[in-house]
Amino acid sequence: MKKFSLLSTRAGALFLAPATALVGVFVIIPFFWVIIVSFTNRTLLGRTAVDPDFVGLQNYFALFNPATFFTRGQFGFSLILTIQFVLLSALIGQALLGLLLAWLSQSVTPTLKSFLQTAVIAAWILPEVVIGFAWFAFLDYDNGTLNMIMRGLGLPPGDWLLQQPFWVIVFFNTWRGAAFSMMLFNSAFQSIPPSYFQAADVAGATSWQKLRDIALPLIRGHVVTDLILITMWTFNVFTPFLLTHGGPSYRTEILSIYTYRIAFKDFEFGKGAAVGVVIMLINLAFALVYLRLAHKKPVEAE
Amino acid sequence: MRTRFHSLLLSAAAAIAFAAPVSATELNITCRCVIGGVNSGMAEWIEQKVIPAFTEKMKAEGKDVTVKLTQFGGEDEQLTQQLALDFSTGAGPDVSGFDGFLIPSFVQGNLLKSLEEVAGPDVPKWEGWQHISDGTKALMSYQGKPYGIALGTDARMIFVRKDLFKAAGLNADDWQPKSWDELLDAARKIKAAAPESFPLQLNAGVSMGEATTMQGYWMALLGTGEQVTDDSGKYIVSSQGILDTLKLYKTIYVDDKLGDQRAQLLADGRNRTFANFRDGKTAMLVEGDWFYRSVTAPGAEFAVADRDNVMTWKKMPAAAPGKGLRGQDFVTMSGGTGFVINPHTDAPAESWALLSFMNSKDQLTAFQQIQPAIRIRDDVAIPNSPFLTETATTLLPITTARPNDANYNKVSTEIQRMTESVVSGELSPEDAMAQYKAAVIAIVGEENTVSTL
Repeated sequence: MKKFSLLSTRAGALFLAPATALVGVFVIIPFFWVIIVSFTNRTLLGRTAVDPDFVGLQNYFALFNPATFFTRGQFGFSLILTIQFVLLSALIGQALLGLLLAWLSQSVTPTLKSFLQTAVIAAWILPEVVIGFAWFAFLDYDNGTLNMIMRGLGLPPGDWLLQQPFWVIVFFNTWRGAAFSMMLFNSAFQSIPPSYFQAADVAGATSWQKLRDIALPLIRGHVVTDLILITMWTFNVFTPFLLTHGGPSYRTEILSIYTYRIAFKDFEFGKGAAVGVVIMLINLAFALVYLRLAHKKPVEAE
Repeated sequence: MRTRFHSLLLSAAAAIAFAAPVSATELNITCRCVIGGVNSGMAEWIEQKVIPAFTEKMKAEGKDVTVKLTQFGGEDEQLTQQLALDFSTGAGPDVSGFDGFLIPSFVQGNLLKSLEEVAGPDVPKWEGWQHISDGTKALMSYQGKPYGIALGTDARMIFVRKDLFKAAGLNADDWQPKSWDELLDAARKIKAAAPESFPLQLNAGVSMGEATTMQGYWMALLGTGEQVTDDSGKYIVSSQGILDTLKLYKTIYVDDKLGDQRAQLLADGRNRTFANFRDGKTAMLVEGDWFYRSVTAPGAEFAVADRDNVMTWKKMPAAAPGKGLRGQDFVTMSGGTGFVINPHTDAPAESWALLSFMNSKDQLTAFQQIQPAIRIRDDVAIPNSPFLTETATTLLPITTARPNDANYNKVSTEIQRMTESVVSGELSPEDAMAQYKAAVIAIVGEENTVSTL
């Protein structure tokens, strides 16, 4: 194959150099640095800050130590909690709610549709700190809006952040992220030729039948993309910290918050780096699945 | 690799610095103090007294120095977190508020340098040292070297609302509990008279940080005759004292519901306990004298209305008379906060000038007018305040200090976790202690721990 290029290899390399240097300094070196640190007992405070020891795989053994693995506040508990969080808030919550909203907005008036979409997207684009504070104010026991509504309806007020912290962050993340799935499904539905639905209408199909038999099979590729992306995002999301700080008693300490606590509150850099490496491997697996599916998609579509 | 990168950054910084025209030295000072908020008095003192006088003094010496106060409104732990990260990267304020118990772990981590190392031979020549006792100097020292200057020491006690006692038919004035049972009895009576109230609050939980360990756990543990470490400095990880302390927590928060459990679990819990006391929901709160001097002072956020008639204080009793540490009937804890100099400061001489100026006789006397306290200098008069004189004469002779050990900070975090799991009702005292034992052994090694059970 004949090489064709505007620039010589040397000139090309010269143009690439600044970007390579930046990627090297800010991505590649930290990447290997984290792996190296994960084999030490480096901390920020105390003797091991100045003079860390090489501890081999000890940090990893500590994470997967069966005696403490499932204890609250340990790695295993956070991992399982994160998986539940992803299943409930991303796969069931965001994807289903997004699908439902997208499907409903196909058959409502344009005004209602744009109102609905604005509201859902607003939840998505508002800055996280603002959202965190708003939800905190919404759920507060004494003066929260939700409890005011409950009292107004004659129902007993709930101590949501303390008694149901996990469901609070599941619900929160569903609310927060449904917009992405909704927009993705929306554009997917619009790519389906309207004549399919018109033909189904003539045959007297219900909305559910149209969704099940026409829309869903045609947007299968989009669904897979959506699920993979929101899984990856939810797996790494940190925003629930703003609501619960991972508490009470670590009951909402998903992996990202666990890593933050170990590395930047307890200042155990070695152990924190080990958690980081494990999370990196999990994310790598997600990314590989995603890339493989994305690669296949054009073939499936034909 | 890291050092090379550092030197690269440094030379870049130097290039920028030299390129700029020579200008005034700018000093930054940070404390957990906000005018009109937490530690308001300290912020007012620095902003209105120290900074103008210091700038003036420097000008007279021919130096153009400006000082900027950063008022940090977060929690103590957040400031510690920020300072640890700042000091490790060469950033951060030149002079900063600091809790003395953190000094060993910061020094071992190479994040702090002794005052003499930072500011040179001017330090030992300072006139102030001869007015500061060795005991108070030690609050901010490690291995004999001062790393900062403390503002003073403190003591802990039970703050009492007389009006709530009266409503339950008790007379707070001649009441002084001599055992935990008497303390709990009074709390139960108040709870019976006002079922919605939280008569007794003893700090616990992770979110309050060191306040849990100091004001809560230690105050109870000392009453069992034990400390966190034994006489040889080994950490006690399993003992009757720990168990009794945890059972006291369980009685207060789980069994009898005498305290506000939510305040110990929520992120902004400590302010909740202050608000409960202010609003007359809490009758007895175990806190430091800071609570009287600053938190509930007139005009502060948690000011107690008609404080002189409503509020009083009592000594914390041992579990039973004579059962306290060293056979004492009553117990208390002392610590000390003050200011340190950033080891990476660009202006070490000016920073030391500021720190020593803050602790000059004139400036500390000026502080007395804003917020009276027992100051560290023996030439600063103790104001005529019965509260301060009484606490100084009755509590300081029986007080205890935390171990000056680099691992204490981490063990303290485990103590906070242990109390939280009991207070939330999640673990029994026995299980919580077993978890604590495993965690402390992982931190300090089994050879540095003792079990007495």
